[in-house]
Amino acid sequence: MTDAEFLLWVRGPAFNIALFIMLAGIVVRFMEILLMGRKTNLAEARGSEMAGGLNTIWRRTLPDADTFRRSGFTIIAGNVFHIGLFVVIFLFVPHILVFERLFGVSWAGLPSNIVDATTVVTIVALLAVLVHRVKDPVLRMLSNFSDYLAWLVTILPLITGWLAFNRVGLSGSTLIGLHILSVELLMVLFPFTKLSHAFTLVLARWYNGAIAGYKGVQS
Amino acid sequence: MSGAAFARGYNALKEQIDAPIAAFLSSCVHCGMCAEACLFFTETGDPQYTPIRKVEPLRRVWEQEYTFWGKLSKALGLSKPLTDQDLTDWETLVYDSCTLCGRCSMVCPVGNDIAYMIRKTREGMAAAGHAPEGLIGATQRAITIGSPMGVKLPALQAQIRHTEKEFDLKIPVDVEGTDYLCMLSSMEIMNFPEYIGSIARIFKQADVSWTLSSEAFEATNSGIQIGVSDIAAQLVQRIVDAAEKLKVKAVISPECGHAYMAIRWEGPNLVGKRFGFKVVHILEVLDELRAQGRLKVADRETRKLTYHDPCQIGRRGGVLEQPRNLINMVAENFVEMPEAGKMNWCCGAGGGVSTNERADALRLKTFARKKSQLDAVNPDALVSACSNCRIHLEEGLEEYHMDIPLLSLTETIADHLSDT
Repeated sequence: MTDAEFLLWVRGPAFNIALFIMLAGIVVRFMEILLMGRKTNLAEARGSEMAGGLNTIWRRTLPDADTFRRSGFTIIAGNVFHIGLFVVIFLFVPHILVFERLFGVSWAGLPSNIVDATTVVTIVALLAVLVHRVKDPVLRMLSNFSDYLAWLVTILPLITGWLAFNRVGLSGSTLIGLHILSVELLMVLFPFTKLSHAFTLVLARWYNGAIAGYKGVQS
Repeated sequence: MSGAAFARGYNALKEQIDAPIAAFLSSCVHCGMCAEACLFFTETGDPQYTPIRKVEPLRRVWEQEYTFWGKLSKALGLSKPLTDQDLTDWETLVYDSCTLCGRCSMVCPVGNDIAYMIRKTREGMAAAGHAPEGLIGATQRAITIGSPMGVKLPALQAQIRHTEKEFDLKIPVDVEGTDYLCMLSSMEIMNFPEYIGSIARIFKQADVSWTLSSEAFEATNSGIQIGVSDIAAQLVQRIVDAAEKLKVKAVISPECGHAYMAIRWEGPNLVGKRFGFKVVHILEVLDELRAQGRLKVADRETRKLTYHDPCQIGRRGGVLEQPRNLINMVAENFVEMPEAGKMNWCCGAGGGVSTNERADALRLKTFARKKSQLDAVNPDALVSACSNCRIHLEEGLEEYHMDIPLLSLTETIADHLSDT
């Protein structure tokens, strides 16, 4: 397979397969949760499930002061790489062109050098998170193969993207091909690893807030 | 343990899993923040006490029974099935090192209600025969005798006679058609009978129509703490029967957090029907009387008071404002401990931990968290509203050589009422 054939394959059939698996996987995971159902609460309500649920969906993004004091590193590093991922994925002009081709909508991007710097910061934050996971006794105990796999498929597109943008090492088309391939690996594993929290978190937060809201408690 | 018992436990775990649990387990990113919210971790530094780890048996069942990948791995023999040994290994984590305080459920960034899951995990543990001896004994006494501490009606009757004589008033028992049926906990009957006198004095002054029941006076529910819903339902049903027989408008939960959780929030779901009466916590009743101007205070407490929020009344029960209103009514110098209110630290003895002798040393070790909260405000007295917290707090204060008197909020109100 030549460089050009490889690029055509990853941009064409491979991408479509990855997109299908990701979208079907998301649907499957949502169904797996929602079809479990839950019993009607027969206790007399003191507050609103909906208000509590919606409140917790956004409120849980902001930790309270004491939690921040206790888990500062996790919160800062976590926020840095999540915001970094958002900027890199959604505000890089070539990525916006891909979204436009796929969904027909586009939006304004950031200058490439800013995205480039954000990529480096995000990679550093992810490396810090990995070191923390290996060194911290709680995280080391909780971690399994899937945690490291999820970390790997998250950082790979950042590294390959940065290399492709800065034309380091291999030819431009090989680098861009590898970058797209690494994104496809992420897409395929996205619904089936803990990365699924990106979409199931809305349900988890809603249920937590709803259970509390029903009792008139702030969650 | 027999294979049949394990199969029962496994099925019980399977049955507990609902959409919220599936959402929670799908969302955990293993960030470890719940550890820092749990006093069993913060006071021991032992990673095994990380809250989300305590639900591992439930997670494994969920993964293997209800997820695509889990089912596939199970079919291909790639996943390790849950064994009876796993449940044995997890018994102390699920029962000894969790008070169901729910603090972890407040900090989880993806929103997991971990306490909700530990409560459900106990259903599987108990069904598989892996509940602690202390809780099994308490639950058996609750069913056969009517109280987890083995308190029978004559003991209550003796306390009633004693109280009537001491305060020269009449305590209504089995009176039909009153507004309130007042429930108690065994600890109040045996260790803190002042509570009964306090209620009687307050209700007399505020002219409240109430009664006790000779058939149902115990409000605590060890069926919930051990995780056997059938027994929990049976214990709730006794209260429902008494409330219906006496045709009361509302049932009052005593100063006990888990009793409130049991009858107010779990009760109707356990017996499978909506109640025809209301369930209110004693603090809600007292605060309503305060708001209506029916509590007349003779003198105010001048000592520096602070308040320990029982988890099931505050964070998990929603009664947070009322105790503060009431303390401010009778005290001039009320100070809050750091993280008081919905993020208050558990005393360390809720959720059946106090009934489980095996956990005694661990429970007292975790009291260091309460000590540091108390040290920050250095109060003259500590007020709370849960007899279970109270017993453990007293023990903890003694263990840590802290000379801080412990007051029940209801009793404090009664002591500052005018006689007229």
